[in-house]
Amino acid sequence: MLTYTIRRLALFVPMAAGMVIVTFGLLLLVPGDPAAVLLGQEASAADIARLRASLGLDDPWYVRLGGYFAALLQGDMGRSIFQNQTVASIIGERLGATVELALAALVVAIVIGFVLGVAAAMFRGSWIDTASMLLAQFGVSMPVYWLGILLMLAFAVKLGWLPSIGRGEPLVTALGMALTGNPAPLFKSLSHLVLPALALGVNSAAIISRLVRTAMIDVLGEDFVRTAYAKGLRRPRVIVRHALRNALLPVVSVIGLRFGALLGGAVLTESIFGWPGLGQLTIAAIGQRDLPLIQGIVLTYAMMFALVNLLVDLSYALIDPRVRLG
Amino acid sequence: MTQASPQRAPALSVTGLDVVIDGDGGSFPVVRDMAFAVARGETLAIVGESGCGKSMTALSLLRLQPPAARIVRGAIAVEGADVLALPRPALEDIRGERIGMIFQEPLTALNPVMTVGDQIVEVLQRHLSLGGAAAQARAVELLSLVRMPDPAAKARLYPHQMSGGMRQRAMIAIALACDPAVLVADEPTTALDVTIQAQILGLIRDLQRRLGTALVLITHDLGVVAEMADTVIVMYAGRRVEVAPVMALFDEPLHPYTRALMKAAPSLEAGAAKAALTEIGGTVPPLWDLPRGCAFSNRCSLATERCRREEPPLEAKRAGHLAACWEVADG
Repeated sequence: MLTYTIRRLALFVPMAAGMVIVTFGLLLLVPGDPAAVLLGQEASAADIARLRASLGLDDPWYVRLGGYFAALLQGDMGRSIFQNQTVASIIGERLGATVELALAALVVAIVIGFVLGVAAAMFRGSWIDTASMLLAQFGVSMPVYWLGILLMLAFAVKLGWLPSIGRGEPLVTALGMALTGNPAPLFKSLSHLVLPALALGVNSAAIISRLVRTAMIDVLGEDFVRTAYAKGLRRPRVIVRHALRNALLPVVSVIGLRFGALLGGAVLTESIFGWPGLGQLTIAAIGQRDLPLIQGIVLTYAMMFALVNLLVDLSYALIDPRVRLG
Repeated sequence: MTQASPQRAPALSVTGLDVVIDGDGGSFPVVRDMAFAVARGETLAIVGESGCGKSMTALSLLRLQPPAARIVRGAIAVEGADVLALPRPALEDIRGERIGMIFQEPLTALNPVMTVGDQIVEVLQRHLSLGGAAAQARAVELLSLVRMPDPAAKARLYPHQMSGGMRQRAMIAIALACDPAVLVADEPTTALDVTIQAQILGLIRDLQRRLGTALVLITHDLGVVAEMADTVIVMYAGRRVEVAPVMALFDEPLHPYTRALMKAAPSLEAGAAKAALTEIGGTVPPLWDLPRGCAFSNRCSLATERCRREEPPLEAKRAGHLAACWEVADG
C-alpha cells in the first residue's frame, strides 16, 4: 500500500507541471491583447506598447513560462488586471464555496446513483428496474440550468420551502457552530445548499445509477455471490458485503471523472443560484479578459480534478487488494 | 437406491425432482425424475458428460439454481426438512449449516476482496453464536483441519495470493465450517493440476470419514468415482440411466452409455494400457431437442426401433442395480 501510494504521488508531480504548461499555452493562443483591453479603445499604440513591456508581455514565451513557474512555487499566481488583489487571494475567497457545492453534488450523485442502481439490479426486469432507469434517463437528459430553474420555481418560488439564491455560512463553519450549541446557521447553510446541489448532482446521479446497475448485474452473476448464498448469508449482507464491494471497482474511477463534470456544471449552477463560487468568478474574468485571473482559475480547476482522481486511485487500492498487493 | 441401513434416516433424500429452463421458445427439461438418498458417512457419485444436468441437480439441492432454471416438481429433504417448501429465511438457515457446498473453480467461487479467513469467519458467525475472536480462532483451526500449511498466516491472505489447491482447501474449510450433515462437491478437482487433484480428493474423503458427513460428489471422471463412491448415478441428458453400488457398476456396467463411458476412460491398471480408447460417437443431443424415445438412441450401437419410439423406464435389472435400457435383459 505504501509503495503504491508513493508511486501514485510521485506521478502527480509531472502531471501538475504538465497542467501548468498547458494552462499557460492555452492563453498564448487566445486572441486579444490584454494590454489593449486594459487601456480601452482610445489608447494609443505607444501606450499599449509601454504597458506590454511593463507587464512583461514582450518577453519570449519561455521566459514568461519560467517566471510563471517560479512564482507559482511561491504560491504567487500573479495579480488580477481589474481587481486590485492577487489572483491567489481572489480565488481563495471563492474556492471554498465551489468545493462545498461540488462535494455536496457528488454526495447527491453517489447516494441517488447507488440506491437506484442497486435497486434496479436486484429487481432486474421488474417495475423497480424500469422506474429507476426511466428516472436515470430523465436525469441524463436534463440540462443543469433547466433543472436548476425548475427546482427553484417549485421549491423556492411556489412552495417557499427553501431560499432561491445565495449561500449561508460556509458549511464547515456552520458545523462548528452547531457543535458549540448554535444549530441555526447549519440549517440555514443546508437550506441554501440543497437546491443547487440537487440541480448539479442529478445528472451525475443518473450516470452513476446506470453504471452501478450494470456492474451489480455482472457481479450478482459471479460464482462468489453464489458461494455467499450457499453459506446461508442473508440477502442484504450478500448484496452489501459481497456484491456491492466488488461492483464499486468500475464505478469509483467514473466517480472521479464525474467530479470534473461537476466542476464544469458548477459554473452554470452558481450563476443560477447566485452561489458565490469560482464559477461566477470564471464568467466575470473571461468577460473582462482578466488573463492572470483566468489562468489562475483554470489551473485551480485542473489541480482540483487531478487531486480528486489521485484520491480515487488511492481508494481503488483500498477497495481491491489485487491492486494493493499486486 | 443407496445401501442405507433402514434404521438410519438419510441425511439427504431427493425424489422425483424435475428442473426446467425457461428459454425463448418455451421451457425444456434439464433434470428429469432425479431421485437418490444419502446417509451420513456415505458417498454418492453423480457422473456424466458436461450438460447432462449433474451440476443443475447439485445447485437445486439448496435452491441455488440460476434464475432461468425452475424446479417444477419433486421433493428434497435435508435431515427431514423439506427444502422446496421452506420459506427463504429457514432455507438460509440450512444453507452452509446442514449442507456445505464446494464448487468447481475455487478462484471465482471465493470473494476476491475478502481475506480467506474472513470468508470462513463469516459462515461461522452466521450459523454459530461465536464472538469475533472465537470465530477467528475457529477459522484457523478449520484451515489446519484442511491441512493448510501455516494456517494462521494463510487466513490473512486474499484468494489471489494462493495457489489453486490452497484455494480449494479454503473452500472446503468454508463448506465444513458448521459441521454439516451433507457435503455437496461439484467437480471439486476439475480446475486443479493433476497432482493436486489426488490430494484434494484424499482430503475430502478423510474429512468425510472423520466427520461422518454424507457426500454427494458430482464428477465426469470415472477414476474419481471408483476411488470415492459407494453408490453411483450415471446421468444422461438430464435423466438417470444407471444406478448401482460402485462395485457392481464397474463389474458389470449395464447401460450402453455407461459402457461407452468406461471404454472412453483411460485405465492405469496393468494390461489395460494396451486397450485402445474409444470415443463415444456423436454428441449429447441439445436438451431442447431430445430424440423421441431413449435420449441415447441416436448414439447407441444397440438401438432398435423401440428405443427410438419409447423411452425405457429405469428399473432393477439386477439386485440393487438399475438401468434404463430396453436392450439390457433382467438377470
